[in-house]
Amino acid sequence: MSQRVANCPNCGAPINFRWSAAVQTTCEYCHSILVRTDLDLTKVGEVAELPPNSSPIQIGTEGLYGNKAFTVIGRIIYDWEQGSWNEWHLMFNDGASGWLSDAQLEFDLSFTADPGMALPEAGSAQPGTPFEFNGTQYWATVQTLAHYRGVEGELPFEFWDKSDVVFVDLRSRTGKFGTIDYSDTPPLLFLGEPVDFEKLKLKNLREFEGWV
Amino acid sequence: MGSPNIPLPTVKTRSLSCPNCGGTIQIRGFAHSLTAVCQNCLSVLDTSTPEVSIIQQIEAKLRRTPKVPLGSRGKLEGTTYEVIGFQTRGISVEGVLYEWDEYVIFNPYKGFLYITEYQGHWNIVRPVRALPQYQEGSKPKVIHDGRTYKHFQNATARTEFVLGEFPWRLKVGEEIKSDDYTSPPYVLSAETTADEVTWSLGEYVGGDLIWRTFQLKDKPPSPVGTYVNQPNPNAGKPSGAFRLLMLFLAGLLVLTAFFLVTARRENVFNERHHFAPADLGEKSFVTPIFELKGRTSNVVVETKTDAMNNWISLGYALINADTGTALNFAREISFYSDGSDTEGNRNDSTTIPSVPPGRYYLLVDPEGDAKLGSIEYDIIVRRDVPNVAFFLLAAFALLIPPLVIVWRTYHFEQVRWRESDYSSGSSSSGDDD
Repeated sequence: MSQRVANCPNCGAPINFRWSAAVQTTCEYCHSILVRTDLDLTKVGEVAELPPNSSPIQIGTEGLYGNKAFTVIGRIIYDWEQGSWNEWHLMFNDGASGWLSDAQLEFDLSFTADPGMALPEAGSAQPGTPFEFNGTQYWATVQTLAHYRGVEGELPFEFWDKSDVVFVDLRSRTGKFGTIDYSDTPPLLFLGEPVDFEKLKLKNLREFEGWV
Repeated sequence: MGSPNIPLPTVKTRSLSCPNCGGTIQIRGFAHSLTAVCQNCLSVLDTSTPEVSIIQQIEAKLRRTPKVPLGSRGKLEGTTYEVIGFQTRGISVEGVLYEWDEYVIFNPYKGFLYITEYQGHWNIVRPVRALPQYQEGSKPKVIHDGRTYKHFQNATARTEFVLGEFPWRLKVGEEIKSDDYTSPPYVLSAETTADEVTWSLGEYVGGDLIWRTFQLKDKPPSPVGTYVNQPNPNAGKPSGAFRLLMLFLAGLLVLTAFFLVTARRENVFNERHHFAPADLGEKSFVTPIFELKGRTSNVVVETKTDAMNNWISLGYALINADTGTALNFAREISFYSDGSDTEGNRNDSTTIPSVPPGRYYLLVDPEGDAKLGSIEYDIIVRRDVPNVAFFLLAAFALLIPPLVIVWRTYHFEQVRWRESDYSSGSSSSGDDD
């Protein structure tokens, strides 16, 4: 794992990259959103104050998915009708990038996937619409209108200054999970599955008052 | 390698001041709680933003007391959960309101579980992430995780009362369409909103488990009636009973075969007698002594007569020559014929069970009608004659317990389904189980 050190172009604080492929990060001190262009860091924005968050996960949390170790290096926060949720960006020890979503302590682990087809427009992926990816049958279950709330840490792409984002959730009968993410054009596909908190064997978790 | 990030501080619990009455509201679900109810004045509050706002004021007369108090903690499957929310929901069926309670329980790492209670019937409910598969039919089914669930009831559940906190927006009066599918001890429920169908899986548990888990005082209320996913106490018993029946029948068959094969079927005595009812003097007589050998077994006494439009009554006593023990029995033999129709039987056979071996004789006391003619008859005594009727009788007796169990099992299901959309009173067809 390479670790590059640079300085925040805004406040001069040291910026450590845990992941060589990171495109974007945030300064922990001045909350500037920094995008890496070649060797330089450019400030593209600033993270507004994040909503109160009670995820047990934080940047630096480590865990296991199967036998692959990962570290949490970044996150995207969304608001929706029923609160907010976190998409934690994971860096696996083999260099792969994955996502652990924590929606009120329901955890899904997913990876970007090649849909192998043109994904439908957001409006036409109504609940019940069938999809087949990698030989697994999925059905659209819900379309969620989310509001981008903020970012933190290292991300595999530039992601800031978003507003409303549409997501379509997919489920299979075997318990697999997918999301079509309409924050980009063409939309992105993530495929994964619900994960058991215990099985992730997470370390460096947050602590909760009264729950030690 | 140093960790460059600043670890986040411990997540603090917070308390709010009720914007209505100023009372203190302890928030147990951290930032997950979107709705909280003031225990003091029953204001429903939106806690999703720092500026707490009042959504609703619940009438005091609607107040209910949760059987499991808010703030109770207990361990379920190794994880400590705290009771943070309580709601009473109800459905109206033909003008009758049926209410049940739901508890939200929380662990800051493991998330949310739910406990429901209806008239002493408890369920622990978990969210379902896989998509159950519908099977249409006169009685729809769903398949989930290899298990088939039968549709039980469709209803619109209305929230009648709320207390504590919820990780979603909620208020009194909210209605959700719900469908229950049962496969005891599980119930799979689908809640349908305009946007989405949400599935959850309930598992039936005894009230004592809830009482133990949360260390509650006294005893849980006794369950009333039969619940949608209450395990049938006789589940699996009918097949078990029939397996046992098969075992017994096989044993009986072996035993019968053994007796059939090893039976002596021995002719021990055979003597002809003449009886003239008109004769004067003592008619009774004793036979010579004969020996009954082998194990204790039956003795068959046959009487073969030449009676024609006549009858004879024979008082018998089988007497042990050494001990004097007597077994008394009487036989009536009559036979009438008018050429085409006949009535009665010239021959008679009777079986005396369990006669120990030994030396015996018969005391015979014939009686008849002096106005009728005389009768010739043979007395035949046979030892250890197998009887298949005993096998049939025993087999029938063995059949009774499994039949009782089948009936009980069936009756339990009858009572369960009486509460469903498929009770015999409704238009749909009955249980096809």
